Amino acid sequence: MSEAVLYDVAGPRGRRRILLGSLAGGALVVLVVGAAVARLASKGVFEADRWQVLTRQDLLELIAQGLGATLRAAALAMVLAMAVGGLLAVGRLSRRRWLAAPAGAWVELFRGLPLLLVILFLFLGLPAAGVTISTFWALVGGLTLYNSAVLGEIFRAGVLSLPKGQTEAAYAIGLRRGQTLRIVLLPQAVRRMLPALISQLVTLLKDTSLGFVIAYAELLRTGRNAVEFLGGRYSIPVYTAIAVVYIAVNASLSFLARWLDRRTRRRYGRTVQPSVADEAA
Amino acid sequence: MDAVLDNLDTFRQGFVTTLALTVVSTVLALLLGTLLAAMRVSPVPTLRAAGATYVEVVRNTPLTVVFFFAVFVLPQLDIRLSFFVFAVIAVTVYHAAFFCEAVRSGINSVGVGQAEAARSIGLTFTQSLRLVVLPQAFRTVIPPLINVVIALTKNTSIAAAFGVVELTAVTTRLASANSDAVLAIFGGSAVCYLALTLTSGFLAGRLERRVAVAR
Repeated sequence: MSEAVLYDVAGPRGRRRILLGSLAGGALVVLVVGAAVARLASKGVFEADRWQVLTRQDLLELIAQGLGATLRAAALAMVLAMAVGGLLAVGRLSRRRWLAAPAGAWVELFRGLPLLLVILFLFLGLPAAGVTISTFWALVGGLTLYNSAVLGEIFRAGVLSLPKGQTEAAYAIGLRRGQTLRIVLLPQAVRRMLPALISQLVTLLKDTSLGFVIAYAELLRTGRNAVEFLGGRYSIPVYTAIAVVYIAVNASLSFLARWLDRRTRRRYGRTVQPSVADEAA
Repeated sequence: MDAVLDNLDTFRQGFVTTLALTVVSTVLALLLGTLLAAMRVSPVPTLRAAGATYVEVVRNTPLTVVFFFAVFVLPQLDIRLSFFVFAVIAVTVYHAAFFCEAVRSGINSVGVGQAEAARSIGLTFTQSLRLVVLPQAFRTVIPPLINVVIALTKNTSIAAAFGVVELTAVTTRLASANSDAVLAIFGGSAVCYLALTLTSGFLAGRLERRVAVAR
């Protein structure tokens, strides 16, 4: 349903009311934002010297390093999670019970656990068992385990979204099940799930900020370290800068995902829709 | 295993805190999310823009960063509350955006005829939204809504890093104190979380069948 169905095209009186509502709504927004700004200003948040800290060369280099560490962890975890997720999807789609059941259990387990708990387990639990693990690998390991479950489900949904005729035609020309999946289904499924994959990459990128908890020097941790070094009065400028970096990177990825989604739907009919809940996690 | 049984009381307190954080934040976030969704479909452009901006900014910000603003920035403005309340604020602000998107997708899934019929009998925008569209929308989005609740439940674990002694914080404390029983302690807390998330998933299935609208 397009949203415009909820109300009639406004006549002169309606337009006046909408204008009034717009003004009232705008006034409300301005009031809320204004109250917050006034509060911030009364604490001297907008003093120029506080924000000039953001022009410091060493701080900018630190933020760039933090972003680099965030992107490294995210990229590696994405690649690993896609590999494991692919195997999980093949396992769950398999007719062999001994393959499908463990793959299903893996997905249910890691989707049901908080990612932070998994990361902390790798970071605190493995050393207790005699395996030392760096903060980087604890973070990448946790992200991989969790996202392999989510991506596995996206891959599976992609394959299941294809028309049945594709599988039947593949069998008819004598392909085996494995061949059908590899040669016929997967290439088409990838196209349909590419937008969902990119949205999941946004979630994964957001989740790298959990590295903060185990002191992996990613974007957020470097920001915190900078504030501890510079002093609390610079917390708002530095954290705002960090938030802006996250939002800029993620919003461009989200934009790419939406554009790709529209294009794919126009050309090939359907796409796998990422769930709102997976984006929240 | 003994480490878990000996500390059952600590575990229980952590579990209760997690549950309280989940329930309070869910109620508040659902209210805020529904309000945002109503703003995003309203005929008033400024409200639409404000709702869209909120969702766009929040969904691209990590929850940890939202926690940062709540826990480290609010006290700078002389807003001093307990860590639990800060955690409720952060979790609510973050998940409201996702509840909003879930509700909005529900509003969009209600048949065009429903809204047209509501308009043709003379209902205003608020009336048709409240009496006709939203009741049906909520029914279709129960599974996604519960999935957001499940994500919220899991995300409350991040409060552990910001001074709230909930299940994950209890787990790490016990694990550092009993390094010989780390597996049992993490296993115990994993079971608690799975009890919450899998039960919600199960309830979602039952509820969906009960309130499903026939189309």
